[in-house]
Amino acid sequence: MSATTPVEKKSRRIDWGQLAVEGRALIALLLIVVIFSALSSNFLTPDNLIIMTRHVAMNAILAIGMLLVVLNGGIDLSVGSVVGLSGVIAGWLLEGWRIPFTDSVAYPPVWAVIIISLMVGAFFGWINGFVVTRWRVAPFVATLGMLFVARGFALLITDGQTFVNLRGEPELGNEGFLDIVFAAPLGIPMAVWMMVLVAVLASILLNRRPFGRWLYASGGNPQAAKLSGVPMKKVGTRIYLLSGLCAGLVGILLVADLKAATPRGGELYELNAIAAVVIGGASLAGGRGTVRGTIIGAFVIGFLVDGLILVGVSFFWQQVIKGAVIVLAVALDQWQQRLKESREAKQTQTQMLQSRQQTAHAVSEGRSTS
Amino acid sequence: MTQAGVESDVVIEAIDVGKNFGVTQALAGVNFTVRAGRVTALFGENGAGKSTLMKILAGIQPPSFGQILVNGVDVELKGPTDALERGIAIIHQELNLCPNLTVRDNIFLGRELRRRTGGIDYKGETQAAQDLMELLEEEISPNAIAGDLRLGQQQLVEIARALSADARVLIMDEPTSALSAPEVRVLFKVIRDLTAKGVAIVYISHHLEEALAIADDIVVFRDGNLVATAESDEVDLPWVVSKMVGREAIQDFRNSARNFGETVLSVKGLSVINPADPLRFAVNNVDLDVRAGEVVTLYGLMGAGRTEILETIAGVMPQVEGEITVGGQPIGSMSIQQRLDFGVGLVPEDRQRDGLVQLMSVGDNLTLSNLLKLSKGGLLSKSEQNREAEEQIRNVHVKTEGPKAPITSLSGGNQQKVVIGKILMTNPRVLLLDEPTRGIDVGAKSEIYSLIFELAEQGLAVLVATSEVGEALSASHRLIVLARGRIAAEFDPRDVTREEVMAASGEAVEMTGNGDPL
Repeated sequence: MSATTPVEKKSRRIDWGQLAVEGRALIALLLIVVIFSALSSNFLTPDNLIIMTRHVAMNAILAIGMLLVVLNGGIDLSVGSVVGLSGVIAGWLLEGWRIPFTDSVAYPPVWAVIIISLMVGAFFGWINGFVVTRWRVAPFVATLGMLFVARGFALLITDGQTFVNLRGEPELGNEGFLDIVFAAPLGIPMAVWMMVLVAVLASILLNRRPFGRWLYASGGNPQAAKLSGVPMKKVGTRIYLLSGLCAGLVGILLVADLKAATPRGGELYELNAIAAVVIGGASLAGGRGTVRGTIIGAFVIGFLVDGLILVGVSFFWQQVIKGAVIVLAVALDQWQQRLKESREAKQTQTQMLQSRQQTAHAVSEGRSTS
Repeated sequence: MTQAGVESDVVIEAIDVGKNFGVTQALAGVNFTVRAGRVTALFGENGAGKSTLMKILAGIQPPSFGQILVNGVDVELKGPTDALERGIAIIHQELNLCPNLTVRDNIFLGRELRRRTGGIDYKGETQAAQDLMELLEEEISPNAIAGDLRLGQQQLVEIARALSADARVLIMDEPTSALSAPEVRVLFKVIRDLTAKGVAIVYISHHLEEALAIADDIVVFRDGNLVATAESDEVDLPWVVSKMVGREAIQDFRNSARNFGETVLSVKGLSVINPADPLRFAVNNVDLDVRAGEVVTLYGLMGAGRTEILETIAGVMPQVEGEITVGGQPIGSMSIQQRLDFGVGLVPEDRQRDGLVQLMSVGDNLTLSNLLKLSKGGLLSKSEQNREAEEQIRNVHVKTEGPKAPITSLSGGNQQKVVIGKILMTNPRVLLLDEPTRGIDVGAKSEIYSLIFELAEQGLAVLVATSEVGEALSASHRLIVLARGRIAAEFDPRDVTREEVMAASGEAVEMTGNGDPL
């Protein structure tokens, strides 16, 4: 039993360190809430909180997908385009798919529309994973290419137009898309429910399943993971697939939010997702990051932007402030870790020099007595 | 356990197994057997082929040719997992842990214990990890983050990892390099328990006496060949050493000109913390002097502190104590660049990574550290650069088509000359060379050393670090042997034997010490 005592102590100390990293993002979030509540009485109202959380939700879902990729040391720049593409696919199918070489038009039911849109997202993600793991193209390049390819397909399908007739017809059996996606059970928007669902599933995946351990290992030390028999290609492919799936989900939510499917939907969303992941304490080098931190990161970004809008800061200044917050958050993280390291190094140095002096002292004393 | 007759207790048999890397042969076809319930110790110098063979047996590298029988069955090992499923586990020479994962996660990585739902059985894993740590008599929490552990503890986690696989063959490649003496004793006890249960152990260590103490069967490698086998009670340390050495010798430089001038480099009481394991000194209270015109060699095993001494003098690593002077002037507080300007030049150990820019030409590499002096009004003078490069190519005898040839077109030996030439363009007074002949064939080694002695004759103070006994002996004016960060002995290479040098380096480490790492 005595052996377990240091165990408890150790694990508690590590949790504190973890909390400090995540706590930093949490402190930033509290600061944002306090400042904007003081500046605007509308900020901390239930209605506004729900609206802001709905905005946060989409970015949070993308960011969780992004987190999986980042944990592996990769990055997914294509999620914004995949959001646009899968949204356009949903709109296209709802308006009716003209079957080639015939005069008939297919109107798939709403559930099929949703599943097909999700699958499109997952498929484009899987291609990213395939290109990265089998063709060994750097994740940055592979997903940069996909950013253009997916956006191009979105424009091709719509011919640059926007689908606005998403209501469906009862006689076609495809009505109710907006009702389902725009529903708000218990007064909470569907997007927020989806965020909670994705967060719970991702947490289980990362913390309870072997896949999660493989993912952290592959980002922490790829060589060790490989030698341990971790299926690196499977892990490396699946994370992009899941990131694409998250993007597909956001695509559907975005269409419902805008009540229109536009090929330009989701532009630059990938950058907000990366920002959320990074503010949430994840390391772009891989191996470090949590779902909890990522969600806090998404709230920091979302509340900051919505708060700035609410108090009437111009769009131009919003951009400047958002950028500065991202860099400051990561700089603080680096600084904090360097501080910790140098303090530890100093401690061991003094300890060692002391113990050596003591040894020398003991030796000389032993000599003088003998 | 399979009940053993003399024939059936052979668990692994390698028949004519070899490995080529490009044109170099790391392992000529060797025949090698591992028997159940016995410790087979492998001896050989760096690059003798031990680790290559072990990587093949553990499924990490496929052999270029040859056959491997596991329990009499011809197998093709498809990867480390495949080897593990056939009962072969390996403890790697380089630590292979994920620093961001816990001890428990590392031990079971790739072989997770599952619950019926498919999730990880954390409880079972934690308990098993705890049991393994108790077996190794180490108080490491299964929940500790691997990266927070000191090096020795990380090594024990690696050992626990291999033990958890319940392997029938356990390959240990340098398992004790970071362990203290009491930890080594515990490991030996564990090894004895395992062999009693019929597990076969393959043991590799640079510490010859330690390996001899635990071995039942002895196998000696030299230059990619298996040169001798014996049972441990038939032989002794001198026999092992005599089989290990005897590789092709380089030219003898011991009697080259000895016109030593004044002391140029002087190091007093130098101590450096081991960055990988801050509880230990990489360099511990070292004094040394090098005079102008003198070539001093630092010989020692891996981790003896050779590289660290050179890098600290060059300012790459920080010192905690001690004084370094060049020409009587302390340089301890200078930056790398200031030391370079002051005349301290370092030729790094890994020339591919630290010494050369692979994408640039021979001339561009040569003039890289001297660009400011070659530019006029802030602009590089191409003709000036070319002239300097050509002169330097002649100075250090690089065989090349000219300054415009790509650096990759040169042989290893000529690449090394370019690195030396680059440092010479900064006009150093002290030249530090770390393993200057690594990965270079014997003929070119002699060329590198004759260049080094030529430079010494011109008045440079030269300090060479090497892990090759032969070179330490043949190519130096004075030989300093390091062991665990301290100076163990100092010899005149003209009157010392190879065996004496190796003994002093701690390859014969005493197993009865109190284990104090300081």
